[in-house]
Amino acid sequence: MEHTQTLQLYGTAGVRYNVGAMTRSDVQLMLDVKAGDEASFNLLLQKYRTPLVNFLYRMVRNTGTAEDLAQEVFLRVYRARKQYSPSAKFTTWLFRIATNLALNSLRDNRYRQMDVSIDAPVEEDAAPLQLPARELRIDEKMIERDRSEFIRRAIAALPEKQRVAVLLHKYEEMDYGEIAKILECSESALKSLLFRAYETLRVQLAPLVSQSVANRAREGRPS
Amino acid sequence: MKKCEDVSKQLIAYLDRRANSAERHEVEEHLAACSACHQRAEDFRKLWGVLDEVPLVEPSLGFDARIRARIAEEPRRGWLGWLVPQPRLAFAMALLLALSVWTAKLPREGNVAGTEQQDFEAIKDLGVLENYDVLSKFDALSEVPVEAAPADQQAQPVNPANDQQPATEE
Repeated sequence: MEHTQTLQLYGTAGVRYNVGAMTRSDVQLMLDVKAGDEASFNLLLQKYRTPLVNFLYRMVRNTGTAEDLAQEVFLRVYRARKQYSPSAKFTTWLFRIATNLALNSLRDNRYRQMDVSIDAPVEEDAAPLQLPARELRIDEKMIERDRSEFIRRAIAALPEKQRVAVLLHKYEEMDYGEIAKILECSESALKSLLFRAYETLRVQLAPLVSQSVANRAREGRPS
Repeated sequence: MKKCEDVSKQLIAYLDRRANSAERHEVEEHLAACSACHQRAEDFRKLWGVLDEVPLVEPSLGFDARIRARIAEEPRRGWLGWLVPQPRLAFAMALLLALSVWTAKLPREGNVAGTEQQDFEAIKDLGVLENYDVLSKFDALSEVPVEAAPADQQAQPVNPANDQQPATEE
């Protein structure tokens, strides 16, 4: 029987991790894959498919593309198994591949869109930021969905490097050293990058921040 | 006390509790005195709560099956595979072989004597050319008296200018 548990990362953003995979370190699992153990690769796949798909989805904002890219990441890991040497954390390597693929995909997509036509209809993803007009909504679920969409768009509107930094810091909870390696910058530069990114999000999402505080106050919950 | 700009770099690490005690103390000291940074720090905390509202997306059900199918398509090499040379290695070996055959067909070192002879000829000719230059362009030489030679063996003057030069010494 497969044992899974959910780790809570900053409130509600939980990620399901396989307990079996956690008994061995990622590096050990990868070394086993290198030695030809397919089961270890499956454990890594189970452990990282959801974080990876979510990271890529937040980067490219398309579920199909995110899944295709995640498949490509795992395939590259598998292909490189014979050359693997544990010089860095496994996650650094994994998310570095994912980041490069996501950025390439975004750039390719941008060029493709430029090629099509200047009069082509604007994609839904590229629509300008709009606050969900609460008075127009009836169903609470729709409001929740709109709020999530609004937040996703604000993250997607960040410059690429800032976006990667926020996603790895906020949702993957990576340490500064690891994120700096993935982004190939110094820790000091990363801290400035993160500050600028959160400052932009603070301004963009200010209405939601004040709304959530007001809601909590109305419901008698601490903020 | 630190400036707002300096604190901004440490603020995120302070809020996510990864700052060391010295940094934490510096930020706390600044936040106690600067209302703008204090407000920003509060907003960042609330912002992180808002960012948590984004639900996770689950990979499709066929995700694992797809990746396994793609891995199954990957070419595999058994122990016999090590005996078959890799394409790059095979190409390099073929190139090396072709290069060796080509170099083997080049003129061998046995012709050393012939080559030395050619070099000597070239050097010899070079000396003649140099002499010719000196003889034709060096004005001082025009003052040297021309020795009388037997009429039948009279050599052609090297410099035509000498023909017009009258003999000065009698």
